[in-house]
Amino acid sequence: MSEDVPNEVPLLAARALSFARGDEVIFGPLDFTLASRETLVMEGGNGAGKTTLIRVLAGLLAPGSGSIEWRGEPLSTLDPDPGRIALLGHQLALKSDLTARENLKFRIALQGMRAGITIAAAIKSVGLAGYDDAAVRTLSAGQRKRTALAALLLSPALVWLLDEPYANLDRDGQVLVDRMLEAHASRGGATVLTSHGLVQPALSRHRTHVLGVGG
Amino acid sequence: MNALTLWFHKLGSPPYFYRFAGRLLPWLYGVSLLVASVGLYFGLVRAPADYLQGESVRILYIHVPCAWMSLFGYLTMAGAGFIAVVWRIKLAELIAMACAPVGAAFTFVTLVTGSLWGRPTWGTYWVWDARLTSELVLLFLYFGVIGLYRAFDDPRRGARAACLLALIGVVNLPIVHYSVEWWNTLHQGQSVRLMGESSMHSSMLVPLLMMALATHVYFFASVFARARVALLEQEGGKEWVRELARAGASA
Amino acid sequence: MTPGAPATAFVALLRRDLLVFWRHRSDALNPLVFALIVVTMFPLALGPEANELAPIAGGVTWVTVVLASLLSLDALFRSDAEDGSLDLLVASGQPLALLAAARLLAHWLGTGLPLVLAGPLLAALLGLPRDAVVTLGFALALGTPLLSLLGGTCAALTVGLRRSGILLSLLVLPLTLPVLIFGSGAVEAAVSGAAVQAPLLFLAAGLVLALPLAPLACAAAIRLNVS
Repeated sequence: MSEDVPNEVPLLAARALSFARGDEVIFGPLDFTLASRETLVMEGGNGAGKTTLIRVLAGLLAPGSGSIEWRGEPLSTLDPDPGRIALLGHQLALKSDLTARENLKFRIALQGMRAGITIAAAIKSVGLAGYDDAAVRTLSAGQRKRTALAALLLSPALVWLLDEPYANLDRDGQVLVDRMLEAHASRGGATVLTSHGLVQPALSRHRTHVLGVGG
Repeated sequence: MNALTLWFHKLGSPPYFYRFAGRLLPWLYGVSLLVASVGLYFGLVRAPADYLQGESVRILYIHVPCAWMSLFGYLTMAGAGFIAVVWRIKLAELIAMACAPVGAAFTFVTLVTGSLWGRPTWGTYWVWDARLTSELVLLFLYFGVIGLYRAFDDPRRGARAACLLALIGVVNLPIVHYSVEWWNTLHQGQSVRLMGESSMHSSMLVPLLMMALATHVYFFASVFARARVALLEQEGGKEWVRELARAGASA
Repeated sequence: MTPGAPATAFVALLRRDLLVFWRHRSDALNPLVFALIVVTMFPLALGPEANELAPIAGGVTWVTVVLASLLSLDALFRSDAEDGSLDLLVASGQPLALLAAARLLAHWLGTGLPLVLAGPLLAALLGLPRDAVVTLGFALALGTPLLSLLGGTCAALTVGLRRSGILLSLLVLPLTLPVLIFGSGAVEAAVSGAAVQAPLLFLAAGLVLALPLAPLACAAAIRLNVS
C-alpha cells in the first residue's frame, strides 16, 4: 500500500479529528493518512458520522477538535484552492432546470477542468450519451448520479471526497464508479469514500476504516 | 499572560461565569434599586417642575435613561455578537441573546413613556418625529434579532445568525436615525424637541444621571440573570450542572 | 477566461442563475404583477381623484417596489440549499463573497431591474408629474440594488429555516427604511422643485457602502447555515 513510496508526504491527513453536536460525539478522535494513489473507504452504519466526516474534510464544517493537513500543512493555514478537492455529496449539486451539459459547464468554470478530457468524453464515459441536453429534472436518479460522476471526471482535483458514491446506481453504475476510482488512483489521485458496507469497492487495493465514536 | 487576560479567559468558561455572575447579581440589583430610589426621589419630588410643561416633565427621569439604554443595549448586543461570530465563544452568544429582550424592553418603555409625555406636551400620543420613528425602527430591529434566534432549532447556530443580523443592524442604526431626521426636515413644520437645551440645571441633571447609572446597572443585572438561565438550559447535560442540581436538592 | 479562476466562477454563477431564472421566466412577472395590483389598490381605496393620488404617487410607488422585491427573496437561496449547490459553492474554494455577489447581482437583474423600468410607469399611472418620474427612475436604479443587497443577505440568514417567509420580511423591512426614505425623498424633492441631488447622493453613498459589505455578510451567513 503506502509502503511503495515510504517518504511521500500524504496528500491528506487527519490528526485526532473529532466532531460533536452539542454534547453528542458524532465521530472521533480519528487519525488517518491518505497518500497519492490510495483509496480509503469509511464504513459505518446510519448515524455513524460518515456524511459529517466528509463535510468536515471538505471544509463545510469546522471540526470539534483536531486538525486536517494537506501535504503536511494544516489546512486552516492554507489559502483556499478550487482545484484541491472534489466533493460528491448526498445531494448532487445539480440544478434541475438546466441540462446535464449546462451543469457540467458551470462546474468546470467553478473549479477548473482536468487536462486531457472534454465534456463530451466525460458524458460518454458515464453512459449519458444522448441525455446530455435533457433537463436534469427529467433524468432518473441513476442518470443524475451519472451526471455528478461526469463532473467528478472533469474535475482537476487530486483528492476526491465521495459520500455514498454507489447509492442510486445499478450494477453497471457501480462498475463505473470502480473504474473511475481505479483510473483516478492511476493518475496519482486519492479518494475518501463512505459506504454502508453493503457494496464493497472492487478495487485492486483499498483500505477500509470503520467509523464511529472513538475513531 | 497577565492576570486580567487570564481572568477574561476564565470568564468564558460556563461554570465560572455562572458562579461569578451569581455572586454579583444581588449586588447589581441592590445598587440599581438603591440608586434608582434616590434618583427618583430627587427627580419626582425634589427637582423643580418645568415652567412650560409643569409636572409632566418629570417623565424624563424615566424616559431619557431608558432611551439611552435602548441604544446602549443594542451596542452591547452587537459587541458581544461580534465576539460570538468571529470567535464562536458560547458565552458571548448567550450574552448577546440576553441583551436583546432587555434592550427591547427598554426601547418599549422609551416609546410608551415618550408617548405619555407627548400627550400633555404636544396634545397627541404619537408624532412621526425623527426620534420616535427611529426608536420604533430600533424596536423592530430588536424583534428581528429575537425572532431569528427563536426560529432556529439549534440554539448555537440561531445565536450566531442573530448576532450576524445584529451586526448588520448596528451598521444600519446611524443610517436609519440620520435618514429619519432628514425625512423629518424634508416634511417641514416639526414640533418641539423632546429634550430641553443642553445646559441643564444640576437639580435636574443629578437625578437624571443617577437614573442613568441605575438603569445601566440594572441592564447588566438583567442580562447576567438571563445568561445564567440560558447557560443552565444549554449546558444541561454537563457535569457541573448536575452537581449544582445535586447540591440544590440536598440543600 | 480560465476555468477555476475567481472571475470565471463569478461570471459562470451569474450566467447559471440567469439561465435558471430564464427557464422560469413566467415567474419573473410575479413581482411586476404584484406591483401593478398593489398600485391599483390605492385609487380603489382612496378614490380616483387625480389631485389626491398625485401627491402620494411617489411614496406609494416606492412602498410597492420595496414589497414587490421582497417576494422573490425567500427563494433566493432555498433551491441551492435543497439540491446541494450551496455546499458546492462553499466547498469550491472560490471566494464565497464573490459568489454571493454574483447571486445578489442575479437577483437584482431578475427582480430589481424590471421594477426600475416598471416603477416610473406605475407612478405615472398615479399621476406623478413628468420630471418627478425621471427622478424616480434614477432613485429606483440606485435603490433597488440596495434592496437586493440587504434582502439577499437576510435571505442567506434564514435559508435553513422552514416557514421563513414572514420572518424574512420582518428582518428585511426595517433595514430597507433608509432606502425608502431617501428614494421617496428624491421624488418629493423633484415634485416640490427642491434639489434632488442630496437624497440621490445619499442613496449612491449607501450603495457604495453596501456593495463590498453585503456580499461579505452574505457569505458569512451562507457559511453559517451550511455548517
